[in-house]
Amino acid sequence: MPVFVFDDKQSMTLKTTIHEKIVLKGIISELRTVCAKIMSLGKTLNYSGDDLFAIHLAMEEAIVNAVKHGNKQDTNKTVSIEYDVSPEKMDISVADEGRGFDSTHLADPRLSENIYKMGGRGVLLIKSYMDEVEYSKTGNTVRMLKFNSRHGKTGGQQNGLDSSTSS
Amino acid sequence: MEDVKPRIGVYYAQNATIVTLTDEKILEDEDIKALEESIIPLIEGHVNLVIDFSSVQFLSSAVLGLLIRISKKINEHKGKLKLCGISSRIYEIFKITRLDEIFDIHEDAKKAMLSLK
Repeated sequence: MPVFVFDDKQSMTLKTTIHEKIVLKGIISELRTVCAKIMSLGKTLNYSGDDLFAIHLAMEEAIVNAVKHGNKQDTNKTVSIEYDVSPEKMDISVADEGRGFDSTHLADPRLSENIYKMGGRGVLLIKSYMDEVEYSKTGNTVRMLKFNSRHGKTGGQQNGLDSSTSS
Repeated sequence: MEDVKPRIGVYYAQNATIVTLTDEKILEDEDIKALEESIIPLIEGHVNLVIDFSSVQFLSSAVLGLLIRISKKINEHKGKLKLCGISSRIYEIFKITRLDEIFDIHEDAKKAMLSLK
């Protein structure tokens, strides 16, 4: 269950942090309900339309990749989505039960030899739209960070994926 | 039950067929497959096609694959494909993937039609 932490003034705008881990069967429509929940939290926390569009797109691509490429559409395999959502940033991980892949050796879909290919753009979009993206060594978990552009211009230097995040 | 998707409008102009996508979001595999099945019969033979995105607020990379399939089909018959009404947020997806360089994108259907003259 999400935990709402209020500051002294009982304001949701400063210290609200929600942490949740949800494990579901690898069915895209079910996983999208988690995405919808995160979108709803983002709206409540006053994330901008551009930020929410970016998070929505990255989650959609990550979920589809996890189900289709990771779990190979095996609905007995699960996908877990873990998130920390605060007014400052969203830290979202999507993990599948597949063999993983090396995201650094993917073909660049922007190159002329690939541009007419039907697929292969999901990881590029995730990396482009999120502020920080990290794949696990096993390659079956993607962790994505998006800062709330309305929450000051704190950037990702001291609060990024390399530092620990609290929930 | 949800509405039957995808909802598209088809208009026949003098020198082009105009397909208007009326759903705000295009994500589901079923929707993309249904869109393809609706559009492919329209482009058998030499056809200029304009796809109007002005109602679309969200799409994923799966739609880009569909557009490439449509584009290839149209090119086979020496027709032309024009996209229009793409919101600034969705246009960014085309820019990032550099598909803005291979698709002919116009502000609205009128300008897309003018470009065919």
